[in-house]
Amino acid sequence: MTTTDMARPVDADPGRSVSKKRPRSAGGGGLRRAVPATTLLWILACLYGLPVLWFILSSLKPAGDLFSYPLTLVPHHPTLSGYLTAWRSANFSQYFINTALVCVITTILTVGASCCTGYALAKYDNKWLKVFFICILATTMLPSEVMLAPEFLVVRNLGLYNSFTGIILPAVLTATGCFMFRQFFLTVPDELVEAARIDGARELSIFARIMVPLSRPIMLTLAILSFQWRWNDYIWPLLMLNDPNKFTVQIGIQSIVGAQNINWSVLLGASVISMIPLIVIFLVFQRYVMGADINAGLKD
Amino acid sequence: MTKRASDVSASPPRRRRSYTIAPLVLIAANVVLFALFFVWPAVIGLVYSFTNYTGVGAFQFVGLDNYSNLFGDSSFYDALTRTLLYTVLFVPLNFALSLLIANMLVSKHAKGTSVARVVFFIPWLLSPIVVGVLWRWLFGENFGLVNYVVEKFGGHAIPWQSNADLSLLVVVMAASWAWTGFSMLLFIAAIKNVPVSYYEAAALDGAGPWRQFISITLPSIAPTSFIVILLNTINAMKEYPLFVSLNNGGPGTSNNLLVQYIYQTGFQRGQIGYASAASFVLMLILMAVAIIQLIVNRRVENR
Repeated sequence: MTTTDMARPVDADPGRSVSKKRPRSAGGGGLRRAVPATTLLWILACLYGLPVLWFILSSLKPAGDLFSYPLTLVPHHPTLSGYLTAWRSANFSQYFINTALVCVITTILTVGASCCTGYALAKYDNKWLKVFFICILATTMLPSEVMLAPEFLVVRNLGLYNSFTGIILPAVLTATGCFMFRQFFLTVPDELVEAARIDGARELSIFARIMVPLSRPIMLTLAILSFQWRWNDYIWPLLMLNDPNKFTVQIGIQSIVGAQNINWSVLLGASVISMIPLIVIFLVFQRYVMGADINAGLKD
Repeated sequence: MTKRASDVSASPPRRRRSYTIAPLVLIAANVVLFALFFVWPAVIGLVYSFTNYTGVGAFQFVGLDNYSNLFGDSSFYDALTRTLLYTVLFVPLNFALSLLIANMLVSKHAKGTSVARVVFFIPWLLSPIVVGVLWRWLFGENFGLVNYVVEKFGGHAIPWQSNADLSLLVVVMAASWAWTGFSMLLFIAAIKNVPVSYYEAAALDGAGPWRQFISITLPSIAPTSFIVILLNTINAMKEYPLFVSLNNGGPGTSNNLLVQYIYQTGFQRGQIGYASAASFVLMLILMAVAIIQLIVNRRVENR
């Protein structure tokens, strides 16, 4: 795929538009419009899907066939040996479990903290809450990549170096999460809170009993996003972890890439295995991700 | 957004006193995290940027030495210009692709949009590390699919890895490919929010689809375009894992980017003070980008 290939459809767009002039004659024009639009869409979809497809098909080839010419799209002798070698070698299964553990814990904490903060920001009117809201905004301006060295020192001073806690805790506060919950709770009518207050409910139990159950869809959306961010995290775990038994999947894959001679069979297998959880989660919860109003999302 | 917040919670002042504890409890966790992992590092980072701290032991204040050294350091300049070049290439390409795709996905004429949407979105799920591996596999000079196809059509193998500019181009394509899903989702939401009546009125006036796109869609989605450009610019300025796994800043050190430079000086050479200074330069650039874009956006909206 070259840049010219990618640019061409942009030029093709006006051409496609010129051909149909009468919007009202939908019956006859329907097919005439559908064909170019669908063709263009699917050419692009193929360009986008092909790299992944080629990658996955290659990973099914036996190690000896990976570089045999002529290249074939579909493996002649499909095998899972690449995956098995990857899974067994170099602690990869351990990395996988580590990553899953870190992701699940971080996600639960992120959703909980964001839900509480978002609710407070939406439903209470205190000056210091507004100040804190600006503070959260500030975290998007000064991303963690810019503070790598000092953040590393802080976590080391807290005694969290080379521990999962050191990866998990700094990732819990996310501006995106707080925004998502704040936006959602703004849409919940205040009368609901007022009515509960009149009934004598205490503030925190209003939150826990009424608001938390209401926000379930947002929780799920943020959980999926958070899981994706943490699963794909690379630089922070790389800095934090020293003990190979605690490595995450991404570090494991990168260490195969960084080797003197890349073992492509293992690398392809390991990469495909690392993709599986996210793709499964995505396919199951697709509508939450696709419908998510992530316009407020700024930073992971 | 802010307007609404004040409307929503206009509770009488005498009641407010009783609602101090609850919101405080609710935000406590994030306040602590904010102080620990944002304020504290930001402060010590700023302090260390004026010192020769190496990460261990004593250190001395060296004033603005780190900053002045930085501007005499050619590898910092190279990293900076390479990062800017990458950003300038990536942001427009990603913008054009995701806008085009979003438009086609909301078009009622195209068939199979729900499946196609998943196809466009999957790359966004992959980690930058895996995206890098995947494109390295595609663009391998001796074994890659792309060079195989090029040779099949009678061309010569293209040095995707050993030519610095081509290798940057591969990263630009990989990043655009990987980030389309997210930008596309934002655009789809924005395009769907444009009132249909605008298009109907324009169609009655004889405006073709291209004309409608230029005169209605583009202005209506301007706020989203702004967010997409801003987010992508900031993300591009901070790019690191994709480069590491795709070509490790290669060939040689020609494609080392800013974050990689910070990582190397800070953690491989132990010059925390110097790396902190570089971080603050990066932060100033990011803030400048955000502020310039905010001003431009405001000017466009007021017009």
